[in-house]
Amino acid sequence: MSQQHAVNGVLPKGKVLTLETMNPNVKKVEYAVRGPIVQRAVQLEKELREGAKKPFTEVIRANIGDAHAMGQKPITFLRQVLALCAYPDLLEDNKFPEDAKQRARRILAACGGQSIGAYSASPGIECIRQDVSRYIEKRDGGIPSNPDNIYLSTGASDAIVTILKLLICGEGRGRTGVMISIPQYPLYSAALADLGAVQINYYLDEDKCWSLDVNELKRAINEARQHCNPRVLCIINPGNPTGQVQSRECIEQVIRFAKEENLFLMADEVYQDNVYADGCKFHSFKKVLFEMGPEYSSTVELASFHSTSKCYMGECGFRGGYMEVINMDPDVKTQLTKLVSVRLCPPVPGQALLDLVVNPPQPDEPSYNTFIKERTAVLAALAEKARMTEEMFNTIPGFTCNPVQGAMYTFPRISLPAKAIDKAKVKGKVPDMYYCMRLLEEEGICLVPGSGFGQRDGTYHFRMTILPPAEKLKIVLDKIKNFHIRFTEEFS
Amino acid sequence: MPPTSNTGERSIFNRYQLRRRMSVVLREISPNIRSIRPPRYTALSVRAAQIREELRQVRFIYSSLDFLHHLIKTNRSSTCVFVQGVKKPYTELIDVTWGDPQGAGLKPLTFARQVLAACLYPKLLNNERLPADVRQRAEGLLHECHGGSVGSYTDLPGIPQVARQISEFISRRDGGVPSDPDHILISPGSQWALQVHEKYTAMYKFKQLYCGGGGVRSGVLTPQPSYSLSVMSVVGLGGVPVPYQLWEEQGWEVQVEELNRALEAAEGECDPVALYVINPGNPSGHVQRRKSIQDVIKFASEKRLFLLADEVYQDCIYKENIEFLSYKRVLAEMGPPFCDTVELASFHSASKGLLGEYVCGFRGGYVELVNMDPAVMKHVFTIFSKDNAPTPGQIALSVMASPPQPGDPSYPLYRTEKQQMQTLIKDNVRKVHEVLNSLPGVSSHPVEGGAFAFPRIDLPPKAIQKAKDLGMEPDIFYCLRLLEDAGLFFTPGCEYGQKDGTYHVRYAKKRFHFMNDFS
Repeated sequence: MSQQHAVNGVLPKGKVLTLETMNPNVKKVEYAVRGPIVQRAVQLEKELREGAKKPFTEVIRANIGDAHAMGQKPITFLRQVLALCAYPDLLEDNKFPEDAKQRARRILAACGGQSIGAYSASPGIECIRQDVSRYIEKRDGGIPSNPDNIYLSTGASDAIVTILKLLICGEGRGRTGVMISIPQYPLYSAALADLGAVQINYYLDEDKCWSLDVNELKRAINEARQHCNPRVLCIINPGNPTGQVQSRECIEQVIRFAKEENLFLMADEVYQDNVYADGCKFHSFKKVLFEMGPEYSSTVELASFHSTSKCYMGECGFRGGYMEVINMDPDVKTQLTKLVSVRLCPPVPGQALLDLVVNPPQPDEPSYNTFIKERTAVLAALAEKARMTEEMFNTIPGFTCNPVQGAMYTFPRISLPAKAIDKAKVKGKVPDMYYCMRLLEEEGICLVPGSGFGQRDGTYHFRMTILPPAEKLKIVLDKIKNFHIRFTEEFS
Repeated sequence: MPPTSNTGERSIFNRYQLRRRMSVVLREISPNIRSIRPPRYTALSVRAAQIREELRQVRFIYSSLDFLHHLIKTNRSSTCVFVQGVKKPYTELIDVTWGDPQGAGLKPLTFARQVLAACLYPKLLNNERLPADVRQRAEGLLHECHGGSVGSYTDLPGIPQVARQISEFISRRDGGVPSDPDHILISPGSQWALQVHEKYTAMYKFKQLYCGGGGVRSGVLTPQPSYSLSVMSVVGLGGVPVPYQLWEEQGWEVQVEELNRALEAAEGECDPVALYVINPGNPSGHVQRRKSIQDVIKFASEKRLFLLADEVYQDCIYKENIEFLSYKRVLAEMGPPFCDTVELASFHSASKGLLGEYVCGFRGGYVELVNMDPAVMKHVFTIFSKDNAPTPGQIALSVMASPPQPGDPSYPLYRTEKQQMQTLIKDNVRKVHEVLNSLPGVSSHPVEGGAFAFPRIDLPPKAIQKAKDLGMEPDIFYCLRLLEDAGLFFTPGCEYGQKDGTYHVRYAKKRFHFMNDFS
């Protein structure tokens, strides 16, 4: 691309930055969770506000895992401490409990200039990294965690993309391949497109409750080796959008596979507190790795991710999170430290929030009872809504819905009449997108079509959050049922 | 296949396998990341951290003895402390490397923090201790947050009210030139926005090496001296920084002839696509005049470059009779054809304002896009949609864009705090200039704006030689001695780029008790 110069003072037409000249990878990036269907939802909301008449009075945004947006209340203790940190004069106010004040003082003392407005060190405030490592040790039954291996981040997404940036390299057939589950959370596909990595899909088994089969991993990697260099295996546990909670055996199999195939493991565990189904339990990858003995625990390279956006906190807007890196080569770690320094530091309010999540009120502290009550209520409500949703969806003819074992979503399979699929093609839309758009226009419910997450050819799904309050959720489920029956009839 | 003849050999082989496994990732790290040069003054930072820790321990020991404690507090410059057996004429390390005012002890704006607290803990909306306008502002912001909580994700480009406030702020600042809230994207700090922007302007055209072609990488013209992280991020994205020298003799001005030279020098090395300017300059402190900005715009237009204007220090102007002129304003006022064609992205943040919203830790920034191709803008929004700007940062931006007005209950306190801050910093600026220029071998241009001073230090040839013998850059050596002997932590000029043979240090002007520091 050569420079074009002004000729006789007349500028050549056309912009410098156009679709043709911009970074081609950027064009491939899509993020369905906030994609075209959400943009249409925003537009509809605007029209409603301006008084337009619609078959619904509000748009229900069941597309994104944003608990507070759907009415979940923040945990009192967390917000009290944050307010005290933001405006320390409140430390004189006797309406705030003593344990909240103590936490605030401790956090402020660790901040530069005693203010959460100051920059922090790039990997995060030192004492918070220490608190995180202690939390991990406690969670994992005493397996040691080194604060030097903890990097605080701007939500888990920031840390995930940072690790990918580090690992993705090579050219042509040597280009890094990254294994990701189908269906997956589209941050991964977007990041891989953006960074120009090769995406290697491994399919979760819908008929077996979305479980992971090592044979499928083997199939995927063998095929991939023909056109790229597989180096990374990403796993989301509990899963998004599928909600499956991996069994311990399965996690061990994945770790063995990673070791055999020389893969860097990325374990996205942001939903670790969101486990509902009987018989299901969260096992951290790190814990299982170490319990498998030194042959694995001293060799398999692992990065585990967590955040303040999900679980019982739901504080997406604060962008708090961390990653723990295990068995990373020290020279690579130096590069990682260098890389995070370029973006200065993660938001300090988010770091403060994370500190409270790993350092919650203890039984002997004044805020304990309220804290436990609120936390239990949130998680119990989610569990009940998970059950309700699975039950209801399975009564709809044409719907197959796996149990929502964990996380915050349901991902039912829907059967679409052949005529509907044809209609969608005529309109230039993917069938499940057409379905979801119709649902949005007719019922004001915003979901994300399964095509945004990946699914087996010929199958259609959508992802809906289970976050709206129970009463509203019931109404939503009813509306979807009615819509589906109407839709199926229309195209019979 | 591992040898099976002999158990000893097999175990050695297994150990080798183990080691090979561990290092397999190292060999294959993204070369872009490897190319990011870490700060050259790492040794300096490490030593500073060590000294800081040693002093902290010493203070802890002495603080149990009241007398000594009192002595240290009141007369620091004449108190000697023994650190690791070496006598140190200071008890506290003064770190002036960062543009982090709150880290340096400056108090934040009360209004901003009150609004934030009320947003975080809405029970405070009923607390009469908070002034009415604080509660009103918080209520308004919460109303626009999904579910009435700052814990929710925000839509693109951010909380609608904040985007509107920012566009109004821009318009006011620019003498009425209109600003469209739909062209404003809120980001987690300006560096993040700049990175994203560099990413999509970096047209990395890749050709397979064994097909005979080389990769043609995008170039970004960057000033020298320049804010190091921006350069690092260009490299990290696979771009090529193309340095253009700022003209020290004229107070670090931008010269078009130099831009031309840089562009020509880049021929064959890369494909220059963007021109990055920092105004007010970091670390130079230079504030561009209208003519200079116009010249740069004309240059960008002629040479078909995308303009990236880093204006985070726009509130920090000290020289009398200068005002900050934004690139957008000058562009608009140049009229057609420039105002409709030159593509510009202007960056600002809540981290650097003189107005006291020094909330670097909150990570709030924005970018305003001018004349960008609408099809490209769509993709920009998609990229931004993956990364939400933190809500506390957005609140900080709201206060920055729309501070208390005369008549508001919070206005008197706000005005006092703002004036105090401004007076302090203007004083510091003046003193820095006086003191630096009174030292032999140090010359400093008057700092017109920004947060730093960048004086030139003439190092005696013996010092330069000593540094070379020790295998370090002369200005790093100087800074190391400054650190050890005086407890002052400055950043060496080599970090920002300087002409060969010249040496500088960068000093952040926001230290509270400046005169004490320099006695």
